[in-house]
Amino acid sequence: MVSLWRKIWKTPVVTEPFINSDAAAAIEALTRQVEAAAFARLGRSLHIRQVDAGSCNGCELEIGALNSPYYDLEQFGLHFVASPRHADCLLVTGPVTRNMADALRRTYEATPSPKIVVAVGDCAQNCGIFAGGYGVVGPVSAVIPVDIVVSGCPPAPRAILAGILAAMEKPR
Amino acid sequence: MLVEVIIEFVQTLAVALGAPLLVGFVRKMKARLQGRRGAPVVQPYRDLRKWLAKDVVLSENTSWIFRFTPYLLVATMLLSALIVPVLTTHTPLGFMGNIIVLMYLFLLGTFFLALAGLDAGSAFGGMGSSRAMAIAALAEPTVMIAIFAIALRAGTTRLDHIIVHYSADGLLVLNPGHLLAFVAFFIVALAETGRLPVDNPATHLELTMIHEAMVLEYSGRYLALIEWAAAMKLFLFLTLLANLFFPWGVAPSLAPAALVVALVVLVAKLSVLATGVALLETALAKLRLFRVPELLSGSFLMALLAVVSFFFVA
Amino acid sequence: MMINETLVLKLLNLTLFCFGLGALASLALARRAPAARWTGHMLALLGAGSVGTLAVAGLAGGTAHWTLSGLLPFGGVVLGIDRLSAFFLLIIAVGGFPASLYALGYTRAYESRHSLGAMACTWNLFLATMTLVVLARNVLTFLVLWEAMSLVSYFLVLTESDHAETQHAGLVYLVMTHAGFACLLMGFLLLAHATGTMDFAHWRAATASLGASTRHAIFILLALGFGAKAGVIPLHIWLPQAHPAAPSHVSAVMSGVMIKLGIYGLIRLGFDWLGIGPAVWGGAILAVAAVSAVLGVLYALMEQDLKRLLAYSSVENVGIILLGIGAGLLFQAYHLPGLAALALLAGLYHTLNHAAFKSLLFMTAGAVVQATHTRHMEAMGGLIKRMPQTALFFLVGSVAIAALPPFNGFFSEWLTFQSLLLSWQIPARDVNLIFALAIAALALTSGLAAACFVKAFGITFLALPRSDQAGQACEVSWVMRAGMALLALACLALGIWPVGVLYALQATIFEMNGAYANLYFDWKTVVANPPFATVAPLLMACALAALLAAIPLALRLRRGRTVRRYYETWGCGRALQTARFEYTSTAFANPFKRVFAFLYRPIKELDIEFHPESRFFVRTIAYRNEVRSVFEEALYQPLIRSTQWIAEQARRLQSGNVQSYLLYILIALVILILLAR
Ligand code: SF4
Repeated sequence: MVSLWRKIWKTPVVTEPFINSDAAAAIEALTRQVEAAAFARLGRSLHIRQVDAGSCNGCELEIGALNSPYYDLEQFGLHFVASPRHADCLLVTGPVTRNMADALRRTYEATPSPKIVVAVGDCAQNCGIFAGGYGVVGPVSAVIPVDIVVSGCPPAPRAILAGILAAMEKPR
Repeated sequence: MLVEVIIEFVQTLAVALGAPLLVGFVRKMKARLQGRRGAPVVQPYRDLRKWLAKDVVLSENTSWIFRFTPYLLVATMLLSALIVPVLTTHTPLGFMGNIIVLMYLFLLGTFFLALAGLDAGSAFGGMGSSRAMAIAALAEPTVMIAIFAIALRAGTTRLDHIIVHYSADGLLVLNPGHLLAFVAFFIVALAETGRLPVDNPATHLELTMIHEAMVLEYSGRYLALIEWAAAMKLFLFLTLLANLFFPWGVAPSLAPAALVVALVVLVAKLSVLATGVALLETALAKLRLFRVPELLSGSFLMALLAVVSFFFVA
Repeated sequence: MMINETLVLKLLNLTLFCFGLGALASLALARRAPAARWTGHMLALLGAGSVGTLAVAGLAGGTAHWTLSGLLPFGGVVLGIDRLSAFFLLIIAVGGFPASLYALGYTRAYESRHSLGAMACTWNLFLATMTLVVLARNVLTFLVLWEAMSLVSYFLVLTESDHAETQHAGLVYLVMTHAGFACLLMGFLLLAHATGTMDFAHWRAATASLGASTRHAIFILLALGFGAKAGVIPLHIWLPQAHPAAPSHVSAVMSGVMIKLGIYGLIRLGFDWLGIGPAVWGGAILAVAAVSAVLGVLYALMEQDLKRLLAYSSVENVGIILLGIGAGLLFQAYHLPGLAALALLAGLYHTLNHAAFKSLLFMTAGAVVQATHTRHMEAMGGLIKRMPQTALFFLVGSVAIAALPPFNGFFSEWLTFQSLLLSWQIPARDVNLIFALAIAALALTSGLAAACFVKAFGITFLALPRSDQAGQACEVSWVMRAGMALLALACLALGIWPVGVLYALQATIFEMNGAYANLYFDWKTVVANPPFATVAPLLMACALAALLAAIPLALRLRRGRTVRRYYETWGCGRALQTARFEYTSTAFANPFKRVFAFLYRPIKELDIEFHPESRFFVRTIAYRNEVRSVFEEALYQPLIRSTQWIAEQARRLQSGNVQSYLLYILIALVILILLAR
C-alpha cells in the first residue's frame, strides 16, 4: 500500500485542458423545439445514462475514455449514472437494432424531463456501415427525438465531450 | 430563549448546508488522488438544485411509502442535527435524546429506505434493501459496544456531556481503549454511510450496489432529498467521530469568538477525516458482500477490547 | 388515593359475570351462529373492558382479598390483587379488548365450518382463566387455573383441527405445556413443603431461611415451568407451531398475553417469593434471554409463513423482556436496588408494549390471511393498495416491534439498553463482561428485527401481488379494523407519552421491592439514572411531525412547477414487468442465511432431470434450500427417540400373563415395604 501512496503522491494531475476548436466540426445540433427555460433548469450539472442500441462497442471504448483522468468529464459537472431516472441526458450509440428499439423507447420514457438525447457515432446518425442490415430499425432519430449528433466512426472522446457540452449550452 | 433558538438554527443549518460541501470535498480529494481535476466542490449543490427543478417519474407499482421515505429521511437527519453538538455543547434540545436515540433515528431512516427499495418491485431495489438491512443489522452490535466504551469513560450517554467530560481529559487520545473505540466506530461509520470498502458510492453496476440500488427508482426532487439526507448522514457521522473522540474546540460557551473558533476547528477536523475517507477509498477495493461480516466482526472485537480495557486496565 | 375494597370486588364480580355469561350464552345460542358470535364476543369485550378497569383500580392502589374455602382442598380458592397483578391485568385488557372486538368480525368466516358457540365459549373462558391466574394467591388455586388456561387455549388452537398440521401443533403444545406443568407442580410442592405453607403471601418471609440447594432446586424447577410457558429457547418449540395454527385473534392473545403469564411467574419467583437470590440466577436468566432474543429473531428472519414469523418474533421479544428481568436480578444480587428496579421496569414496560404490538401484528396478519387465503408470504405482495388501512396498521406494528422511534417498542428497548449500560456500577469484572455481551446481543437483535420486519412488511404489502388471491384481496370489515386501530393508537401513545405507565410501574416495583427505579420523568423528558441518559419521546415525535410537514411546504415555495408522471418500473428496458421479477422473501433473507450458516445448517439440494435424448434440454429442476431446526434435531429428536426406546423395553414386561402380573405386584409391594421402613 505504501508504494501505491508514493506513486499517487508523485503523479501530478494529468487532466488536459479542454480545447473545443477541432472537435466542433463533428457536432451537429438539430433544431428541435425546446423551451430554453427547460434547459436552464439543469444548470451546470448533467447526469448521463449511456444506451448501447446495437453498436460495435467502438463508440463505448471512446466514451469509456471520458472517465479517464486524461479527459475527466467530471470536471464539467458531468456524471455517468446507472438509472435513467437519475439522468438528464441519454448518450445513444449504434444503429438501433430490432431488439433494442423497444428498450431504447422505454429508456427514453423512463427519463424525467427536461432531457437531452445525444446520438454518438456515424451509426447513431445514419446507421453507418450497418445501414440496410436486416436487424437494423434505423438511426436513433427514427426511434426517439435526438438533440445533438456527434459524427465519426468512432468519434474522438474530445468530440463526444464537446457534443455533450454543446447540449448543455445549446439554448443559450 | 432567543439565543437558544438561534443556536439550534445555526447548528442545523451548518449540517444542512455543510453536508453537500463535505461530499463535494471528498469527491474532489478522490479525484486529485486519482490524478484528475475533478468536479468543483460545489458540484453537489448544483446537482441538488437541478434535481429539485426536474420532473418526477414514478413507478406505477409504488405506494405512498415510496413518496414518504425521502421526506422522512431528511426529517430524521434534521432532527438528529438538533441533538448532535456540532459547534457548541450548549444544545438546548440536546436533552431530546442521547447517542442511542441518535442511532435509532438513523435506523428508522434505513428501515424506510429499505421498504422504498422493495416498493417498486424491481429486483435491484429488493437486492439493495436486503443487503442494506444485513449490513445495518450486523453493524449494530459494534455501534452499541462502541457506545458502551464511550459511555464507560465519560460516565454518561448524553452527547453534550460526553464532550464536556472528554475535553477535560488531557491524556484522552493516548488511551488505547479510546483509540480502539474510535477505529471501531470509524469502520461502522463507513458501513452505515455506504462508503468503501463496504459499498461503492460511485458504482454503475447494479449487481454491486447497496445504497444506490435502493434509490435506483428515485428521480427529481425525491432523489434530491435522498442524496441530501445521505450527505447529512455522512456529515453527522464524521462530526460525531470528530467531536466525540477529539473533543477540542467545541465551544463550551455561546460567546461569538468561541463559536467562530469552533467553526474553524470543525472544518479542520472534518477536512482531516474526509481526507482519510478519500485516501481509504483510493487504496481499498470494495469487499465481497460476504466478506463484509468479517470486517464488521473485526470492528466488533475492537469495540469489545475497548470495553475490556476499561475494566481490566483502567 | 385509596380505592374502596368493595369497588374492587364489584369489578371482579362484574368481570367474572361477563365472561361467565358470555361462555354460557354462546353455548346456549350455539344453534344460531351469528347470535352466538355477537353475544359471546360482545360479552367478552365487556369483560375485557372491566378487566381494564380492574387493572386501573389495582394500579391506583386498590387491594382486595377474596377467599372461597369450600371449593378446593388445601386452603380453598384464594384470590387477591396487588399492583403487579393489576399490571398484568392491564396487559390482558390491552390484548383482550381489541382482540374481542376483532373477533366479532373475524370469526364470521368460521360460521359455516365450525361451531361458533364453542369458539365464543372457549374464548370467554380463556380470558377469564388468564385473569384469574394473575389473581391466584395460593398453590392449588394457581395450578388449577393455570392448567385450565392451558387446556382452554389448547382447544382454541385446535379450532381448525381438520388440518393435520393443526393436530400436530396441538399435540406439541399439549406435551410441552404439560412438561412445564410438571415442573411447576414439583417446584410448588417443594416450595410449599420447605416453607410449610401453601399461601403465596407467606413465602417471601419463609424462604429466606432455606438452604441454598433447596432454593436452587425451587428456582430451577419453577423457572423451567414458567420459561416453557413464556417460550424461551430451548423450550420454545411449541410456540411457532401452536400460534400460527390457532385463529388469529387467539394467536394474538396467546402471543401477546398468555406467554406473558410465564413472565409474571418468573417475576414473582425471582423478586417476590424467593427474595434476593444469588447472582447465578440473574446470570442464567440473562444468558437464556440473550440466546432467545438472538436465535428467535434469526429463525423469524428465515420464515416464509407470516404467522410463524410473528411467533418466532415472540420468542425474540420474550428474550428482550428477560434481558431486563435478568439484569434486574443481577443488580439485586449486587445490592443496587435502584438499578434493579430500573431494569425490571424496562422489562415490564416491554411486556406491555409487546402485548400491544404483537397482538396488533397477529390481527393484521389474520386479516391478510383471511383476505388472501394463504399464510405464505411468497404468494402475497401489493396488498398496500388492496388493503390500505390494514397495511398502515401492520406498518405501525412493524415499526414498533423493530424498536424504532417514535413508537412504543423503541421506548422500552431504550430503557433496557440504559439499564444494561449502567451495569458498570457492578463491582465484578466477569459480570461486567457478561453485560457487555448482553448489550451486543440486544443490539444484534434489534438490527435483525428491523431487517425481519422490512421483509415482513415489504414482501407482504409492497410491489406487485405475487398471486391471484393477493391481487383480488379486499379490505376487511370495519369491526376488525376498529380492533386493529385501537392497538395502533396504543402503540403510538405508549411510545410518545410513557409517563402514565412509568408512574404506575414505579409504584408497582416499589410495592414489591421497596425501591424506586433510578428514573426521573416529567411530562416531556425521561432521564435514566440522572443525568446518564435522556430522551424526550413526545418532543421528538412532535419535531419529526413538524419537519415532515415543513419540508414539502418549503419545497412548494420554490418557483417553477415540476410535473409528476407515472411509468413502469425501471428494468433495464425489459419488455415485461411481472411479480416474478420481484425480490422474494427467501432471497431477501439469503444474506443472513449465508452469514449465519453455522447456525441454520441449510440443506441444499439440486435435482435436474435431463431430457433422455440430450443433456442440453432440461425437463424439471427441483431446488430445495431449507433451514434446519437445530433444537428439534439435536435436543428433541434424541429425547423422543430415547423415550420410544424405553417404551419399547417396557413393552417386554407386558406378557399378558396373569401370573407374571401378580409377580410384579409382589415385587412392587416388597420394594415399597423396604422403602417405607
Ligand atoms: S460508429 Fe463506428 S465505432 Fe461507433 S458503433 Fe458504429 S461502427 Fe462502431
